[in-house]
Amino acid sequence: MIRHDYSRVDPKRRAYIDHKKRQFAKAEFAQQNYEHRLNFYTLPPTAEVTLEEFETWAINRLKVLSELEACSFRNRSQEETAEYMTSILNKYLPLRSNSSRGTNLQEERKRDHYSHFILRLAFSSTEELRRRFSHLETILFRLRFREDDPRERQDFVRTLDLEWEEVGEDEKRELRDQMLAAIGSKKGEEQDWFKVDWERVPELVSQRKVLLKRGMAYVPAREQTSLVVAEFTKRLDEQLELTARALPRLDEDDRLAPILAHLSQSFTAPEAAYSSSDANIDGLSAINAGAIDTLSQNFPLCMQNLHMTLRANSHLKHYGRLQYTLFLKGIGLSLEECIIFWRRSFKLMTDDKFHKEYKYNIRHSYGDVGGDANRRGRGYTPYSCQKILTEALPGPGQTHGCPYRTFTVENLTGLLQRVGVQDREVLQGVRDDVKKQRYHVACNRVFEHAHKKEIKKVKDEGSWSATDLDTIVHPNTYFKRSWLLKHLGEGNAGVVGGDRMEE
Amino acid sequence: MPHSVTPETASADEHPAIKPEQSTQDVAMDDAPSLGEAEDSAKVNLEELFDDDDSDGEFASSAPVKSEEEASQPAATFKISDKSQYSDPDVMRAFYQRLFPFRYFFQWLNHSAVPSTDFAHREFAFTLSNDVLQRYQSFPTADLLRKRCIADTPPRIDIGPIYSTNPRDRKTVRKASAFRPVSRELVFDIDMDAYDDIRTCCTGANICQKCWAFITMSIKVVDVALREDFGFKHVLWVYSGRRGAHAWVCDKRAREMDDSKRRAVYGYLEVLKGGDQGGKKVNVWRPLHPHLERSLNILKEHFQTTILAEQDPWAGENAAHLLNLIPDTKLREALQKKWDSSPGRPSASKWADIDSVAKSGALSKSSKELLEAKQDIVLEYTYPRLDADVGKKLNHLLKSPFVVHPATGRICVPIDPRNAEDFDPLSVPKVTELLVEIDTWKEEDVEKKIQDWEKTSLKPYIDYFRVFVAGLLKEEKEKEKGGVKRERGDNGEAMEF
Ligand SMILES: [Zn+2]
Repeated sequence: MIRHDYSRVDPKRRAYIDHKKRQFAKAEFAQQNYEHRLNFYTLPPTAEVTLEEFETWAINRLKVLSELEACSFRNRSQEETAEYMTSILNKYLPLRSNSSRGTNLQEERKRDHYSHFILRLAFSSTEELRRRFSHLETILFRLRFREDDPRERQDFVRTLDLEWEEVGEDEKRELRDQMLAAIGSKKGEEQDWFKVDWERVPELVSQRKVLLKRGMAYVPAREQTSLVVAEFTKRLDEQLELTARALPRLDEDDRLAPILAHLSQSFTAPEAAYSSSDANIDGLSAINAGAIDTLSQNFPLCMQNLHMTLRANSHLKHYGRLQYTLFLKGIGLSLEECIIFWRRSFKLMTDDKFHKEYKYNIRHSYGDVGGDANRRGRGYTPYSCQKILTEALPGPGQTHGCPYRTFTVENLTGLLQRVGVQDREVLQGVRDDVKKQRYHVACNRVFEHAHKKEIKKVKDEGSWSATDLDTIVHPNTYFKRSWLLKHLGEGNAGVVGGDRMEE
Repeated sequence: MPHSVTPETASADEHPAIKPEQSTQDVAMDDAPSLGEAEDSAKVNLEELFDDDDSDGEFASSAPVKSEEEASQPAATFKISDKSQYSDPDVMRAFYQRLFPFRYFFQWLNHSAVPSTDFAHREFAFTLSNDVLQRYQSFPTADLLRKRCIADTPPRIDIGPIYSTNPRDRKTVRKASAFRPVSRELVFDIDMDAYDDIRTCCTGANICQKCWAFITMSIKVVDVALREDFGFKHVLWVYSGRRGAHAWVCDKRAREMDDSKRRAVYGYLEVLKGGDQGGKKVNVWRPLHPHLERSLNILKEHFQTTILAEQDPWAGENAAHLLNLIPDTKLREALQKKWDSSPGRPSASKWADIDSVAKSGALSKSSKELLEAKQDIVLEYTYPRLDADVGKKLNHLLKSPFVVHPATGRICVPIDPRNAEDFDPLSVPKVTELLVEIDTWKEEDVEKKIQDWEKTSLKPYIDYFRVFVAGLLKEEKEKEKGGVKRERGDNGEAMEF
């Protein structure tokens, strides 16, 4: 997630910035009037702001976007996200409708407008940043659109000039049942329909929430949100591309460069990074292939599941192998031992087949082979929980991913019981967590249960600090912490600090 | 107009039906995965590309890579085995000289008879017999491609996207962004390995006519959706040479789709979700979306024959999986009891038991819920299982039509979706057989001189392809005339010719 450490920018530095000089836009729109609450951000800001405003507004918006990203990471529904975001938006980025009769409407809209453009500058430099920015701005826009005053929303939509063809009466009669079935409605409901090229509503198509006929999507009027949101994203993506190309010219103002750089840095560390120090665990001597069975007791469920599947089938499918290999690399298993581990595990396979088809990928994961970049980076980084939670669900025969997310509740309960979690309260807690899609919470719950005694001990002794017991968001942290806790009193207590993972 | 799926409606000027000769030979088959984004001139092991157990080749940059120097060394471990006879350089040379349909192949990718950047900027990736993978190959004309194939005799050719600049110049363009994929066909890959959990007749690399039915029904369901729902007209289905099929949607509108649109099509078509531990794989709401309603109608029939009669998936203890999919506890227990007492009961009877036992009073939920659960089961066992990684990205490589599968020797021939049921993978001609057919051809049989491929059982497939390509070119031409220039605005690249 996004770091909230903004201390490196000197907040006292204050300067007036003339946007004209930085080719932000032409001057004629110097003072804009914001008729609508919602904004497609087609016109760049033109008035002057102080450097402090520039920075504060941007940071406030960044705070909002990072909270939205956290919601998306936790798989919160639209409704849950809206509820969670209400107070945050009121605090950092209030934006009220005309009907609210607020006194500060123009100022709020100006801040919204300016902060959007500042972040657009800061986040247009790489494709990854652009993609995330566009994704989060889209969520924000949708949130506001849904909650807008209906009449004002219609006024706003009318200004957008979207080309929608209305479905005529004849066609409506002919297709009514199919159109209703497509949107999941019962027969008999009367409403208006639009007809657009399906490419205009990829979101609805992707979720199979709309009737398609010969390349046209038949969209109910109430799905206007999707159409408008898709248009918002499309235009924003185009604008971001343009900004990216114009970026070199915008570097002129050296007062802004550090702020922009810092803002984008705050945005670039989305996941818990893996630190190579996780592979150096005091008291744990060099791991060899034969030790994995024993050590697997200290693995998080995702890796235990892979390990058990491997032992049961003498095989793992590709993504499972990748996830597991990187984890093993992360706990300090050397390349040579890792190859031995897999060779022995694929019992049913000939040496020839193993060497031809499997060894290469293991070496590649370790950066032993591959392009320059792969070798320089010493291969792939062990996956974090976020990475594992956001990748595609396993298909038939596959076992990768996070079991808290990919298993049904019954199968998950069975799996937990197999690895020794019998406590009914814990199992119920896990079920509740999983229902709310708080998968990492469930995993941490199981960890705390499995290490209850040891955690109490280090807390009582004060040998571990509170940060040493933070929420686990990386499988390799899980292993390290578990191993250390289970080997307390062997000269390893209290050595976690100092080399923790970067947040 | 979308093609009708019934064979009767094919008019004379449409695709000729493919009627391959019958063969009873059975061969171990398994399918080649498409390549991930490997490095230039990567050294790949042929076995890895073609024999992978679970289509793993999708993983980006996991293909073995060696430097050009290393790669140019003769591969010491490469031996000609009985399996590699099909990709023997002499066989390959004769194949490219006499059989591969370069002319129509060129027109297919060029979208016009006059050479354009659609062809010249297209990436080809060659897998050579010494295991080297050469990416970013490009050719201005069909003839240059042909010469290169005859010289290098690649056992496999993959097709990538059309790039903004010539792929060969990618390292000399000033900005990295100047070299980017701009278009390619929308592609699909259906591979038998996705069915391993419900397939009982064969395992691994093997296929037979029974399990090929999985591919047949997938083709029928996906083809009609692409045509009737998305409005695509030029959908080419191709046998992948071993145990699967690929689809190439060649309409301009499909070629120009970005990744998010490709993902949307995949999302629309995807029904089965979750791995082996995910429980019920089908979770669709009611009323059924018209696409699912239609698919279910197509699949119902196959469920009776292919699944219940031929695969018999719930024999003996396997009935547990069926029981798991029945939402009604009371009914489940009654069925369990019944089946425990007659372990030999075939799947078709078990399926019929569900309704009869329910009617006898062992149902606590509504009959509507039971009907829906049964529909979901039909979908779980019959609905297409697409390999999602292949088609969601513009720049993915996919094996070319008409190349030889190195392990089976069979040609990757087109499949006519209107007669999908008639396609028999085990009678697809092998390269070695075709070469014999040419040699045994009697010249006096015809008056005019004919092409070598016309003397072989490859002819109906190439005829089909020729008509397919002609249809595509015709539409491209009409679009050009019909004011597409105005629509396209300044994106005039395609109009230069
Ligand atoms: Zn079979």
